[in-house]
Amino acid sequence: MPTVPLFALIGGVDPWIFTFSFLTVAVTIWMGFRSARTSKTASDFFVAGRSVSVGWNASAISGEYLSAASFMGVAGMVMSSGYDALWYPVCYACGYLFLLLFIAGPLRRFGAYTIPDFAEGRYDSPIFRKIAVCFVLFIGFFYTMPQMKGAGVTLAYIFPGLPYWAGVVLVGAVITLNVALGGMKGITLVQAFQYWAKMFAISVPLFVVMAVFGFYNGHVAANVAYGETPAVAGSGPGIERQALPAKAPQDNAWIAPFGPLTTKAVNAAAAALPAAQRAAYLAEHQRPYSLLYTYSLIIALVCGTAGLPHILVRFYTNPDGVAAKRTTMWVMILIGIFYVFPPVFGVIGRNLMPELYTGVGAKGTDKIVLELPTLLGARFGVLGSILSGITCAGAFAAFMSTFSGLLVSMTGALAHDVYGRMLRPQANQKERLVAFRTSAVLVGGVAIGLGCFVEPLEINFMVGQAFAIAAASYFPLLFMSVWWRGMTMKGAAIGMLTGGLCALFAAALTNFSTLALDKGPMGKLFSGFAPLNAFWAQHPLLRILSEQPAIWTVPLAIGLMVVISRATAHQVPGDIRMKMLVLHAPENLGLKQEYIKEHQAEAAH
Amino acid sequence: MPPPTPAHDHVVHSESFLRSLMRRQLSLSVACAATFLAALFGLPLLNYFAPALMATRVAGFTLSWLILGVLFFPFVWVISWYFIKHSIALEEKEVAQVQHDKERN
Repeated sequence: MPTVPLFALIGGVDPWIFTFSFLTVAVTIWMGFRSARTSKTASDFFVAGRSVSVGWNASAISGEYLSAASFMGVAGMVMSSGYDALWYPVCYACGYLFLLLFIAGPLRRFGAYTIPDFAEGRYDSPIFRKIAVCFVLFIGFFYTMPQMKGAGVTLAYIFPGLPYWAGVVLVGAVITLNVALGGMKGITLVQAFQYWAKMFAISVPLFVVMAVFGFYNGHVAANVAYGETPAVAGSGPGIERQALPAKAPQDNAWIAPFGPLTTKAVNAAAAALPAAQRAAYLAEHQRPYSLLYTYSLIIALVCGTAGLPHILVRFYTNPDGVAAKRTTMWVMILIGIFYVFPPVFGVIGRNLMPELYTGVGAKGTDKIVLELPTLLGARFGVLGSILSGITCAGAFAAFMSTFSGLLVSMTGALAHDVYGRMLRPQANQKERLVAFRTSAVLVGGVAIGLGCFVEPLEINFMVGQAFAIAAASYFPLLFMSVWWRGMTMKGAAIGMLTGGLCALFAAALTNFSTLALDKGPMGKLFSGFAPLNAFWAQHPLLRILSEQPAIWTVPLAIGLMVVISRATAHQVPGDIRMKMLVLHAPENLGLKQEYIKEHQAEAAH
Repeated sequence: MPPPTPAHDHVVHSESFLRSLMRRQLSLSVACAATFLAALFGLPLLNYFAPALMATRVAGFTLSWLILGVLFFPFVWVISWYFIKHSIALEEKEVAQVQHDKERN
């Protein structure tokens, strides 16, 4: 009987949660199409948008930046790993400081639209542009995987009967179609609206939950650290903890630094040793390796933020370098306030919903933000469903905005750079439009396909990997190109390629081996990588360097850039002084116009 | 204020102008970055070498949790506010300097 699965699907659906989620999707798509009609071309987005005010622009950047990782992943990871996971939200927000201090102002003054544009303009090299384009795709695909997992988890939560992959395919197809048909361009208004929608969706339900079940500090206090008695920890009345399952980390490991997240590799290595040697091995290696892991994670996130292609593109909508700096500061304030909230969900979830620790994939801790408000249902009836519906709506806003933003920039790279410049430079307008749509479907299809594989991986962890790749490729390129005039195209290209590809392979290897451990179908599919886990149990240090590669790939990239640029010093662009002036001199001196005039004169000769 | 016409402006195009421009801005950026990095890289070190201190309870949080989960954000806002104020002042001074030099010539 074909109707049975449909019944099973509709059966467990909460009408409130469904309504709020559906409304978010409908409104987002409607707004996208409405705005797309008023601004049709890419240059509308790039150039006319330059009059955007600081407040709008900061909201828009924040709206595009806060992805499924920020909205769902951070809470899930704080719940599963405790203190160490706090580095993620802090560095996601504070990474913007590096962008502000070293990159935002100069990049805006240079007046290139995208990183590939900047790469070409700074080194007068169309070849370098092509190399730079590759990383838009590499970073983009790594970034879309966790967004797809967010979609799969959310749909599996709304429709309890739906398998994970069906949610990924459904949401992925809707957004892809939307982008291919011209909606969801990088419209400032839509993105700015989405920031405030996400802020509302994360904070309001949380305040209600805290008012009923106890506040942030009370829930942290309920976890007893090593050597404390519950009285010292301050577990006050009013916090009613549920019993933790065996799979949950212990209180003292969870609340203290160097907990389950950073010690996983060493613990796996110790488990492979004879029981008698374990204690001594852990005492010697556990904490130093955790410190290394923490530092590598910090470097990846802070440097990676300054090299994300879909974020940097928005800085060109600032009227000048000063506005670019002001915008960055406001972005830090807006997302900083946001990032205080998700960890609270994780902390409260640990005390009140510990059953999620036993779930795997889409049923695990990554869905805590969606499910926590339903606890209110026991006392306040429908309020729990309404608030859960609001957080689901926020989750939709999160992965839809980031996924479509990424899809637009990746499709642009493929259609504009690969097709329009490399394959068929003579293509006409109509062919280009067809190419744009084909590319959108292609990129969306690959992203959906990749998304189906990653159910066992944590959302937040995967976003961290995208940051690690950006940190080893685009960050060194931008930082060194802006501040060191001795850079040559060869140095920049080789440094960026080597650092970025090393980070990419390390991240992929880590994921393959983690997938091999899965008990479901993914474990069978990736069983070929199982021996890798045995190898890593022998060499936990290598596992850490592969899981968090930034600590060696970022210095490698910068080192290669310096060495090779020195070796090819005669190839430094001839007008380097003028280029540096354009990057660093205040706009009031009018150097940019002069630079453009000179370039046009050269081209005319 | 109309932008100065810099067609053959020896001040702006001199090597020394570019050097001082980049040096002044970079030293401001580096000073701010150093403050930020000292806190960012210092916190794991404190966690490592002074675990008992960092586990002290402050209003239910551990000290380390309070710093990382709450206080770090305003700290970074202060740095960025300081940087922007000084960097804009620096740019205004540079423009004024260039115009002053030109009037003298």
